[in-house]
Amino acid sequence: MIYDLQYSRFNDCSVLIEWPAVIDDVMLKSILNFKMVIENSYVKQNIEVITTYNSILVIYEVTIEDVNSELLKLKALNIQQNNYEIKEAPVWEIPVCYSGEFGMDLESYSKTINMSKPEIIKRHSETIYTVFFIGFLPGFLYLGGLDPQLFLDRKTHPNLNVKKGSVAIGGNQTGIYPQNSPGGWHIIGNSPIELFDSNQNPPCLINAGDRVKFVPVETLEYLDILNAVRTFQYQLKSSNTYA
Amino acid sequence: MLKVLKSGFYTSIQDRGRFGQRTYGVPVSGAMDSYSSQFANTILGNSSDDAVLEITMTGPTLHFLEPTVISVSGAVMHPKLNGNPIKMNISIAIKANDILSFGRLNSGFRAYIAVKNGFLSTSVLGSRSMYKPITTTNRIIDNEILEYNKNLGHPQGPNAHVKYNTEIIEGDVLEMYKGPEFRRLSEESQKQLLETSVKVSKLNNRMAYQLEPILENNLKPILTGPVLPGTIQLTPSGQLIVLMRNCQTTGGYPRVLQLTEKAINSLSQKTTGNTLKFRLKES
Repeated sequence: MIYDLQYSRFNDCSVLIEWPAVIDDVMLKSILNFKMVIENSYVKQNIEVITTYNSILVIYEVTIEDVNSELLKLKALNIQQNNYEIKEAPVWEIPVCYSGEFGMDLESYSKTINMSKPEIIKRHSETIYTVFFIGFLPGFLYLGGLDPQLFLDRKTHPNLNVKKGSVAIGGNQTGIYPQNSPGGWHIIGNSPIELFDSNQNPPCLINAGDRVKFVPVETLEYLDILNAVRTFQYQLKSSNTYA
Repeated sequence: MLKVLKSGFYTSIQDRGRFGQRTYGVPVSGAMDSYSSQFANTILGNSSDDAVLEITMTGPTLHFLEPTVISVSGAVMHPKLNGNPIKMNISIAIKANDILSFGRLNSGFRAYIAVKNGFLSTSVLGSRSMYKPITTTNRIIDNEILEYNKNLGHPQGPNAHVKYNTEIIEGDVLEMYKGPEFRRLSEESQKQLLETSVKVSKLNNRMAYQLEPILENNLKPILTGPVLPGTIQLTPSGQLIVLMRNCQTTGGYPRVLQLTEKAINSLSQKTTGNTLKFRLKES
């Protein structure tokens, strides 16, 4: 698929490349592939490439002297990358406990959307989500694929302290809070895993383009996993690769 | 090493920030005014990656336990060594037991203290810049010990080739590019945005500066996209938010303008109530 891309200067030392403003799995592959092509054609220490749903931002370490020649260079790289191969991506299994205090908003959420708790858990954990990018907080995964039956607008009054690991729904999105943070999403569960570890480089195991699946666990299993995570004995499972 | 006797209003260790980690959602951080922080490093012949202390509004009181050479640049806060005024923007020899303190803030808002070869806190993901929870703390506290390499080197005389450009502190015009969503504003709103004098609201910190007045608009939120320090967002309720060094890596508000690096440095030297003008840069 060929997309109509817009190239523009973003600031002294960065260029923004925009795809059409849609959330789409196939387009994501094109974005991530272009990212790889860009990274491979520059010295990695000298550029940084951020991707989102429909954008690439190329940040150079130094000021761009001649922006037109830089834009032409990027456009030429895009032409080279038209025949990319679709790589396999891991499906990460993220344990989530939906019971009791872990899903502090599950009761009210269930009433508001008029769906039973077991049905919510079933629908939430049946989907295989796509990781579109990481943003908002270190290690926060922007996931696509939430069941439309589970959509619910954010709360009018955000929680000032959403606990680390909270699994929540806001609008048409679901996500996991990688650290304690204010937040306005409905909290339906909690995951004991670490999504971000600043002592590791890279600090995230999960990357844009990967897939994610929530696996319901009961309180005892949650506590076992939490203990294993804290003693560095837990390894996040990834099931079969997914083309 | 040195001992922090008083930490001041908000003092933190900063370098050029975490390059290469934004893809994991990690803010770049780094010195708010990169010009002044690098000026302090340059005077000492330091590397541009060496970490400095960023001080905000009121300075700390520092007890040096080992000799070194220092320099102070940026906001004018009347630095004193053992009670005697010292000059800014030159290198100054420090002996064991010297005490550095600061007086009243005269102009600007952030000053930088460099030591020979930089402060040696733990580097996390390629940077010493303090940003919680990447580093354990956001800023230094009273009685904290800060490490540096003991240095018996002599300070150099004033260097005629490096002169501090006070326009960073005194200038009130911010140069900027059009942001990706600028053209979605009506012609009238574009004109209003570029011609109105703006005032720094009391909501200003290392993450963002909010500006007044409110700018009514009918822009729709965007699909969450990349943002950088210097990105000016316009919210549906009309708030102008300038993202600064500790900002998130992505955002969903329309990005109407983008400050140049020099303008970010200049804004970093402003505080509540200061007024500024915007000026478009030809890109």
